[in-house]
Amino acid sequence: MSEVIAILENVGKLFPKAKKSAVEDVSAQIQTGLVTGLVGPDGAGKTTLIRLMAGLLAPTSGRLRIDGGDPIADAARLRENIGYMPQKFGLYEDLSVEENLTLYADLRGVIGAERETAFKRLLDFTDLVRFTNRLAGKLSGGMKQKLGLACALLGKPRILLLDEPGVGVDPISRRELWKMVKDLVAQGMAVVWSTAYLDEAELCGQVILMNEGKLIFAGVPSVMTERMNGRCFLIQSCQGSRRQLLTRALRRPEVMDGVIQGHSVRLVLRKGAAAPKLSELQAGPECVTTPVASRFEDAFIDALGGGPGGESLLAERMRSIPGPKETVIKAGNLTKKFGDFAAADQVTFSVARGEIFGLLGPNGAGKSTTFRMMCGLLAPTSGTARVMGIDLAHSASKARQRLGYMAQKFSLYSSLSVLQNLEFFSGVYGLRGAKQQTQIDEMVEVFKFGPFLDVTPDTLPLGFKQRMALACAVMHEPDILFLDEPTSGVDPVTRREFWTHINGLVEKGVTVMVTTHFMDEAEYCDRVALVYRGGIIAAGTPDDLKQSVASTNNPDPSMEDAFIELVGRNEPVNG
Amino acid sequence: MDDSKMNFSGFFRRLVALCRKETRQILRDPSSNLIAFVLPVALLFIYSYGINLDSTSVSIGLVLEDSSREARQFADSFIGSPYMKVVTSLNRAEMEQAIMETTVRGFVVIPEDFARRLQRPTDTAPLLVVTDGTEPNLASFVENYTRGAWQNWLQHRADEHGRKFTTAISLEPRYWFNPSAESRNFIIPGAITVIMTVIGALLTSLVIAREWERGTMEALLATPVTRAELLLSKIIPYYALGIVSLLICVAVAVFALHVPFRGSLWVLLMVSSLFLFSALGFGLLLSTMTRNQFNAAQGALNGAFLPALILSGFIYEIRSMPLIIQAVTYLIPARYFVNAMHTLFMAGNIWSVLLRNMFFLAIASVFFLGLTALKTRRRLE
Repeated sequence: MSEVIAILENVGKLFPKAKKSAVEDVSAQIQTGLVTGLVGPDGAGKTTLIRLMAGLLAPTSGRLRIDGGDPIADAARLRENIGYMPQKFGLYEDLSVEENLTLYADLRGVIGAERETAFKRLLDFTDLVRFTNRLAGKLSGGMKQKLGLACALLGKPRILLLDEPGVGVDPISRRELWKMVKDLVAQGMAVVWSTAYLDEAELCGQVILMNEGKLIFAGVPSVMTERMNGRCFLIQSCQGSRRQLLTRALRRPEVMDGVIQGHSVRLVLRKGAAAPKLSELQAGPECVTTPVASRFEDAFIDALGGGPGGESLLAERMRSIPGPKETVIKAGNLTKKFGDFAAADQVTFSVARGEIFGLLGPNGAGKSTTFRMMCGLLAPTSGTARVMGIDLAHSASKARQRLGYMAQKFSLYSSLSVLQNLEFFSGVYGLRGAKQQTQIDEMVEVFKFGPFLDVTPDTLPLGFKQRMALACAVMHEPDILFLDEPTSGVDPVTRREFWTHINGLVEKGVTVMVTTHFMDEAEYCDRVALVYRGGIIAAGTPDDLKQSVASTNNPDPSMEDAFIELVGRNEPVNG
Repeated sequence: MDDSKMNFSGFFRRLVALCRKETRQILRDPSSNLIAFVLPVALLFIYSYGINLDSTSVSIGLVLEDSSREARQFADSFIGSPYMKVVTSLNRAEMEQAIMETTVRGFVVIPEDFARRLQRPTDTAPLLVVTDGTEPNLASFVENYTRGAWQNWLQHRADEHGRKFTTAISLEPRYWFNPSAESRNFIIPGAITVIMTVIGALLTSLVIAREWERGTMEALLATPVTRAELLLSKIIPYYALGIVSLLICVAVAVFALHVPFRGSLWVLLMVSSLFLFSALGFGLLLSTMTRNQFNAAQGALNGAFLPALILSGFIYEIRSMPLIIQAVTYLIPARYFVNAMHTLFMAGNIWSVLLRNMFFLAIASVFFLGLTALKTRRRLE
């Protein structure tokens, strides 16, 4: 039977010296027997809210009641009833699985016969029995996550707080974890699951949706998704460039949001608006419009006031790159070994001019290693990497002049101001004098950096840093753009804005290679390679990959379904 | 009643669990092992052989420009010294070259009019002493040595001639506590101070910061652990580690390097415990405040290690420092520990000295550990 176990009343948290509240005026309830999704992009205030509930932070305004007590005043009692798994799982990497469990059992007072049954139950539950003597540091991401969960579950808490348990974990482990959490909920536990993946919200019994510290929605996710019913369409079998079609569609006032989905374009209309006529979109005679189910993300974008539009000022300013549609990036049996471990194993692919090619896979699969070899940052153990016909093994620096590279986490110099960063990166890519000045001025105009030129980037929001990283990578007008996890953690509106720029650049002839662990993001790519355990397990257009796993049970599989299925086919069944 | 008993057993269980975890981490971490067990022995050998303030290996030049009997007699007595290696030459320029190349640290010239002026009762025979001023210690050593040799020779000559040679004062040095005046006996007890500082402050400055960085502190704070348990679990294992390391140091010093130890072991353990507590307190305070391993290690190096090396009286005599610096040394716990260690090793259980030092070490321990306890939060803010 579901009962309310936690109540948040106008909770606010302002950190000392911070200008803006990390959490502002949040009211919500958490019930037993349900997974409550705490959903929002980075910087939404999810971690702060979870820490407030765990009694690790004190609110600066409002009130929290957990299990009938105040998280701070009644900490001694509540700690027995709250299970908490922090972002890095809270494991001691130099202790074994069993030693970690024993430590937390001792700390939580799980002793004697109770401990034996608890260990047996948790090790069975997490399927870690075979690894009890392995050091936690030597476990895979998915296993670490399960061990962290087992440690948090010791002492049978009534409420379980999980801070971004899905980050850095492959989709298969993520699904297993969801199954485990559903089991716990069925036994009457309350689970709070924080996530930046909006698609996970739809799996939750309840959601608390946040953005920039503010509550956007609290309640049953389908209530939010249903608002969008009848407003979502898929335009299929269109002729010509689907990227240009998307741009044309987004120009129309009745279209609120749109994304590319494989060969098709998915549009969301404004409330009460009628769908644009296909003839007006110039999508060709064969194209058809089908209504599709609304998503939680659509509702989120609606709540934020719609998408960013489809025009890329950046692409307008960039030069066109003429040339035939020939292969410009080529990897041949590319292998990188670190000791015995092959981070990338016999990777082969080629990318044509003006194409978006994606490497898709979970963290640690070998995407970044492959990527770094392709831009000459890492020397391969064997195999070849060629860019624009230049062998990176011999003249990496010559090739790099024609590449733009946007590193993971938007690596900018935090001690330099925005302007100094722009000056530095343009200088590194060889821009000098008047040309450099023009390019910097253009970037400032395109991305509206004007008011922030003297500020250091680390004081600015993540979306701003992402724009800056993009500006730094394209100032020298490269032929090829390498993007390493370019939209990790940013909100969906900023992500759409980013892809609008990329689509615009591709229309001008830029070739893009991108890594991502967002299965959805693969839809923007012309072709995708699925990377798993160092190797490419499948490659093709997003639609082909999805179609290849379609079955009668699942006629319209998602990219994640395709990934899980293809990994399963590639792996020998182990008993 | 029953409740408090429960609390006590819980306290004990959690403390043991945390200490066991900490010990396992120390034993599995190669850098901790290196700092605790290998570094002390290495440092002891480096300090005892590398920093040698004795002069048995100093070379000194002697230029003979006069070939008279007296000149040769003086040269003989000069060369006969067991404390110096003497290189002779007939040519001043050759010695000048040698001092440039630092093959000699100074030279003495017996000028050509040496014997002539010595004969004249009203005149004094000149000796020219040139020393390498880049190393003042050695320079003054060469100077003193020459002066001594000269006095000796005059005495000897007076005896030979049956005359009475009078000097105003005759020095008969007796080195108390360190009869052979070996600098090693002085350096090693001081070096142990530096080693204890490294273990106490540097190693522990990293441990709490590491838990913050890896996110394990957050997980610990969400369990029923109390502040006292958390702190004690950091103090106890590192205290034990420090004492083990101390015993290794003392064993190496006494049995391998033959440094005398005149105090008693239990007093040594008492004094060292007090010093370790102050060093641990400082290290833990740093890592609690910074929550960042890099900053904590920087703080420990500048706040504990360098003062222990420079301002403790371990190498540099405190009384020859400028007054203001002397005043600063009173704030450095290592100063009191060095003093106590010198006393224990070379003089024995001199309670008047030891008690004073122990008093100040106790104050430092209470100060740093108390401040750490105050700064340790049960929350993330």
